Formats: sequence, C-alpha cells, structure tokens
Amino acid sequence: MSSDETVMDTGYTEAVTSLLYQLADDDFMYSFRGSEWLGLAPHIEADIAFSSISQDSMGHAAMFYKLLEDLGAGNADKLAHFRPAIERRNSILTERVNGQGYYMETPHYDWAYAVARSYFYTQAKKVRIDSLCESSFKPLADVAVKVRMELYYHKMHWDTWFKQLMSSTEVAKKKMADAIKLVMNDFGDVFSYGDQKQQIESHGLIGSEEDLKGRWRMNIEPFFVSLHLQVPEIPEGPVKNGRNGEHSGDLDEGLATLSEVCSADTAAVW
Amino acid sequence: MDKAGKQVEVAMKWELIKTYTVTRFIVTEYLDGVYVTLWKASTMHMLDKGGTRMTNFNSTNDEKQLEQFMQRIEANDKIEASDWMPDEYRMTLIKLISMHGMSEIMGALPEKEWVPKAPTLQRKLGIMAKVQDEMGHGQLLLRVTEDLLVPYGKNRADLMQDLFNGDLKFHNVFHMETKTWADAGIIGWLVDGAAIITQTDMLKASYGPYARALQRICAEEVFHAQHGESIILALVEGTDLQKAIVQEALDRWWEPLLMFFGPASKETTGSSKQDLTIKYKIRTKTNEEFRQIFFDKYIPRIISLGLKIPDPTLRYDQDSKLWFYEQPDWNAFKKIIKNQGPRSEARLNLRRHSYEYNSWVRDALSTSSS
Repeated sequence: MSSDETVMDTGYTEAVTSLLYQLADDDFMYSFRGSEWLGLAPHIEADIAFSSISQDSMGHAAMFYKLLEDLGAGNADKLAHFRPAIERRNSILTERVNGQGYYMETPHYDWAYAVARSYFYTQAKKVRIDSLCESSFKPLADVAVKVRMELYYHKMHWDTWFKQLMSSTEVAKKKMADAIKLVMNDFGDVFSYGDQKQQIESHGLIGSEEDLKGRWRMNIEPFFVSLHLQVPEIPEGPVKNGRNGEHSGDLDEGLATLSEVCSADTAAVW
Repeated sequence: MDKAGKQVEVAMKWELIKTYTVTRFIVTEYLDGVYVTLWKASTMHMLDKGGTRMTNFNSTNDEKQLEQFMQRIEANDKIEASDWMPDEYRMTLIKLISMHGMSEIMGALPEKEWVPKAPTLQRKLGIMAKVQDEMGHGQLLLRVTEDLLVPYGKNRADLMQDLFNGDLKFHNVFHMETKTWADAGIIGWLVDGAAIITQTDMLKASYGPYARALQRICAEEVFHAQHGESIILALVEGTDLQKAIVQEALDRWWEPLLMFFGPASKETTGSSKQDLTIKYKIRTKTNEEFRQIFFDKYIPRIISLGLKIPDPTLRYDQDSKLWFYEQPDWNAFKKIIKNQGPRSEARLNLRRHSYEYNSWVRDALSTSSS
C-alpha cells in the first residue's frame, strides 16, 4: 500500500498509527531525559553536544507527532503533552530517570548511565530508522531520511564516548559495566511492537523485531569483540512492555514536568 | 634589541613566570556591565617582582613596546593572542571575558528549568536551541580566555574552581529566581536584549579573538531576543492567567534589568573599570549610556504591549534626552555580586556538585587508551 492512495484501509492506518506512537513517544522521552542533563555534563563541550542531540531528538518526536496529526490522531502538541502514561507507547528505557534527585536541585545523575543508555538506544534507533527509510508509508520514509542525516552524528558521538569510557580507567569500566546492566535490564521492549506486532510487521512499514535485533547485534559486535567482551543479551519477554502502555513510575513523574506549563491553562495558546 | 637578545629576554621572563605560577583570583570588582576578579596579591607581587627585574634589564624596551602597543590601539589595529600586550590589558581582558563566559554557562541554569516545561513542541525546540547556544557562547569565550591565561599557567579547570570558590563571579541577572514560564520570555526578550546592547558595543573591540567571538554571539542573541519576544507576545495576547504571569514577571525583572548595566559610577559599589576598557578601546560607552539606550529601545515596546513598568517615577526629559528613573537597590546589588543573591548559592551548588560528581569522567578521558 502506498500513502499516495487517498484512502488507506483501516488495518493499515491502525498499524501506521501504532508504530508512530512508539517512535514519537520514544524520542519525546529520550529527549526529555537528555535535556535534564543541561548544564550538568562533565565538561562544556559534552554539554553542548548532548543538548544538541536532545534538541534533534525532540525535533524527531515533533515530526512523528505531526504525522499522527496528519493521520487524524489529534493535535501534535496535545498528543505529546496530554496523553496519560497508560496511553504512552515508549520503551521503558527512554523513560528511566537519569539518577536520583530533581533536575533543578543537586541530582546524582550518572554519566555512565547516560552514555550507556544513549549508546544502545542510538544503535537501536539507527537500525529502526534505516529500515523506516524503506517504509511502505511514504511520509514516514521521508521523515526517516531526514532523521538519518542527524542520527549519523548522534551515533558517532555516543560511539566515541562509549569506546573511550569502556577502554579507560578501572573506575570508568566498573561504572560502565554497572550502567550497561541497568540499560539491558530495560532493553526487552526496545525492539518490541507489543500487541501490534503482527499488524505492524505485516504491512511493510518496518523490519520485523527479529530482523532489527539481528542488525543491532551485528553492528555492535565488532567493538565488543575487540574488547573481548560479550555482546549484551536483549532480555526475552520484558517484565513490563512500554509498547503496551505498561510503564514505571518514572514516566508519570516525567510527564508531570513536561506538561506542567501547558496544563496550567489548557485553553490557552502558548 | 637584536633577535638573540629578544629570545633571551623571553626565556628569562617565562622562567620567572613558571617559577611563580601561583595564580588564584581573589578580589571582585565591577567592570563593563559584568563582575570581574583581580589577581591575588601574591601573584601580582611575584609578577611585579619579575617585572622589576626585567625592567632593570630592559626598561627602555618595555616602554617602547607599550608605546607601540598604544599606537596600535589608537590606529584601531586588532591585537591577537600571540601579540605582545601590557599586563594591564591582558588582565582587563581576562577579567571581562572569563566573567562573560562563565555568565553564559551559569545563565543556562535559570532557563534550564523551562526547557522540559516549555508548553508546546515548538517552544520546547526553541528554548532548547536557545540554551544550547548560551552554553556554546560560554565555551567560545572560555577558549578565548584560556589563550590569554597561558602566560600565567592557568587553564579552564582553574576558572571552574575560581567560580566554585566564589572568586570568579557571574552576572547579577543569573542569581535571580524564575517562577513561571513568563520568566523564560522575559529573559530572552529583555535580558538578552540588554546583553545585545552591551555586546554589540564591543564588536569592534581592540582584542581580535573577543571581537570575532562576539560577532557570532551577537548574531545568535538576536534570535534569542526574538524567541523571547515571541513567548511574550503569545502571553500578552492570551488568557487572564497568561497576562497576569507576564506582568508579574516584568515586575520582578525590572530591577535586575536596571542593575544589569552596572552602577553609573564607582562611587556606588566602590570600584569600576569603565575607564580602563574605554582607554583600551574594548568598549566605547559607559554603564549609564547603555542603560539609557536600553530605555530608548524597550520602554516604548513594553508599553505598547499593554504592560506596566513598575516605576511610577519613570519619565523622559525632552531637553536632556534622558530617562529619569528610580534607582535600583544598589545595596542588594552589592550582596548579589558577593554571591548572596536569591539563587546564587543554589546555582553554584548545582554546578559544583555535578562537576565534582562527574570528576571520574574527566579522569577517564585523560587516561583513555582509544
């Protein structure tokens, strides 16, 4: 099916919509967690680069929400700000807090976790976006091509950080090992399409879960081999699957911050 | 002096400086709309001592260099990082630019609160780009400062420690609290608007690296002011709640905005380096001249939006072409520049804590094998 057709059948529209929620909500939350680091990164150059990536990622989320709006799902800003946690389809990994504490006080944010989460998430996003560039839904494929241009730099950035910290001091290696464990504990739903698996995979919108997992593994394997390390295993059957609206409390807390201002007057134009 | 003699002189001076690389900031002064620091007396003493020795050896040459330097300043030449410059000029620049750079970095913190909270996707994107720009300005300015610090054996890590110790100050406006989304608008529109006025004055500064950095900074600040104005326009045309928060924010920010440009003379706070920066052609106007330019530009705009300026005495005098206004509380200002403002310690603490908490990362990078 092509988007050029003016009428898409219901099943196709539902499949595209489900996939778009997953993509949009992922980048929305990933960007938010990144923006909490603003002004707190280990050095100024890292701060600037990270905030640039967060900004790009918010831009990606905005494009995905706009596609949803175009499909009749509702206003993009409302989709981003006013859907309760149970309606969110982001992966658990993207909603996790950066560490203990509130972002405006003196939080104990863990840079090792930031690097590990960003590295594995960006590697996953890379295989998803590459696949989406071939999507049967042309507007999504067009957006994916734009995202891919920026993602190239995100991946290069996090690859560099990951490799440097993984081949550095014993303290850094230990912190990275702990962070990777935390990240992988939450990785079970990153490539999942949840209850919509069959619908999403059957319409040529994106590669299958197994296909993308395989590509992800293939991409990161050489680096792990070079360090004589095992490629981390993606857990089967996540305890909670964000794609089905199952989330941690971290999401509620994050959504409250993200929608604090616009919730103060929902009738207002901001 | 022939070339060989010059090399001997330089080598001796460097050796002397290397022997006495005790360089800590200590005394705060006010300069050019920003706060600055003086070198610790012991460092000055050591440098002076070296200067005295060099003077005995070479006083005619120093005087000649100074004369040539001032001729370059008068001729509007651009001074570059590797050029000879008198210590007074170098220190004036270090104080000015390190303070400017650190203010950009600390200035990210009051706005940061509103980055995730921005009420729409476009506003989120706008403020993310804006605050990222500010961090970028900080980085650019610290790089300029680092080059100037080379003869003193100091680097960026020293500057960070000076900030944390309270020896290197950041701008008064960034010590204030932010309460609502309207603060994000006021900061962009009026605080950045005020910064544009002082910074564009220095676009032709005699020090080339600073002038070039300001070219980019000022270009981006114009976008920031437009970003802020756009937020304000939506609020003043909005609901009762929106109108109320923007007026309340203006009421709070008016006094810090007056303080932004610094006191009219050194009598207010005990010191001022306005004359020095004008002498070296780093800037051209006084603090009060900047403040009057700000009034000329923004008072009509503020009023045209239906906002009320919280100063019943404010009036324009046609004869003198000057605005008369109620002076801000300069005693409060003096407290702020001692890091005793409403959010001074909290913001320093946030920055200090994250810097120390992540020190393992800097260690790791310095020993990374890849």
